[in-house]
Amino acid sequence: MDKIWEALYQAARLIFGFDPDLVEITLLSLQVTVTATLIASAIGLPLGAWLVVNRFRYRRIVIAIINALMGLPPVVVGLFVYIMLSRSGPFGVLGLLFTPTAMIIAQVIIITPIIVSISHQAIRELWADYHDLLISLNATRLQRVMTLIKDGRRALLTAALAGFGRAIGEVGAIMIVGGNIDHVTRVLTTAIALETGKGEFGLALALGFVLIGMAILVNLAVHGLSRTERGSRW
Amino acid sequence: MVAPILPLNLTSIEVRRSGRTILGPLSHRLEGRGISILMGPNGSGKTTLLKTMHGIERPTRGQIDWQITAEEARLRQAFVFQTPTILRRSVLDNIAFPLLLRGVPRKSAQTTAAELGEKVGLGKVLQQSAMVLSGGEKQKLALARALILAPDVLFLDEPCANLDSRATRDIEAILCDARDRGTRIVMATHDHGQARRLADEIWFLHAGKLIESTPKTQFFDAPQSAMARAYLKGDLLP
Repeated sequence: MDKIWEALYQAARLIFGFDPDLVEITLLSLQVTVTATLIASAIGLPLGAWLVVNRFRYRRIVIAIINALMGLPPVVVGLFVYIMLSRSGPFGVLGLLFTPTAMIIAQVIIITPIIVSISHQAIRELWADYHDLLISLNATRLQRVMTLIKDGRRALLTAALAGFGRAIGEVGAIMIVGGNIDHVTRVLTTAIALETGKGEFGLALALGFVLIGMAILVNLAVHGLSRTERGSRW
Repeated sequence: MVAPILPLNLTSIEVRRSGRTILGPLSHRLEGRGISILMGPNGSGKTTLLKTMHGIERPTRGQIDWQITAEEARLRQAFVFQTPTILRRSVLDNIAFPLLLRGVPRKSAQTTAAELGEKVGLGKVLQQSAMVLSGGEKQKLALARALILAPDVLFLDEPCANLDSRATRDIEAILCDARDRGTRIVMATHDHGQARRLADEIWFLHAGKLIESTPKTQFFDAPQSAMARAYLKGDLLP
């Protein structure tokens, strides 16, 4: 227990002392994960809705694959992105390896399936509701998707937040493609891994508390801004 | 002058689902003005016939011919479902929705929707979420949403099922008003009183077949078929 009290104390000291390293690491964590979440949402939310309104031959298979990809091991994604971005890889010329951009790419790959899958589930129920009306009104495919996204925005927000949650706590992939370089690609999770390895459990735990606190803050902020979980319905 | 959409010719249409014939073969013609009421027991094919005419149910066989192409015809009809589909939006945005789909600018769509909402008696709740409306209000909303495009033909599937007499009266008044402005109405109902009040002609269906189609007075006073006589008497049909 001593360790935990000590860590809490250290966390408080780091946070309220605005430790410059901590601020930098935290901001980079946020920057990488928020960017990845935005990109993955831009891909995943419309794709989830699109999979609902379109009946095509291999739809079931596509959905099964996406659901399976939710469990994609981050380390494998990291390895894959590493190979793609390494000097000898196909995208080596871009020089992206060991940059925050590489970390964003890896996280996008990890969380897009989650966002697609959750939004697909949510939109499917809405579609069952709206189906007859949208067909009767002769809505185009695009209009159907846009209507479902608009009216299902609260459920979609949950999907995006689930993606954010997975990405912010992810360490395997960004460790490989980012390299945990101080002042360049070090984020909260990789720093925690490092400090734990060094035996600095207090600092590692403190960083962990910062991570959890930040995740909670982001969720609260998003719900606050979007006014979800307020009215009695929706 | 817009090309007339009616008459609608149904030529031996038949709807089969999982090996069972649920409608037809049926040939008929929808023309003239006024209100046609579809009557018949549950499962007689009223809903299927409405949906087939509207074009959201595909017939297994047969022809559906409007005076214009099917695509154009779709844009000039509306459908009110038995259970109104309520968009998770405000009442105003629900009513304005068809206009938005047609590319009408938001502001003017909302102005039109507000006027119509006022007219059907939803003036006080326009800004509320449509999800919290009562059953009668939801059906009025669905009706306003169907009427906002001023359709030439309006299909309704038991719009007053489960509504009290006050809501039913309001909805009938809206329907009569639409009829007077030239909308051809085809509506299914189980309510004999409602059929007597609104109908110009009755289509009587049983087991997927159109048993008779006669003017209202004739249907209620001297039905031609034994089936319709039994139905009106309140007998349980086979």
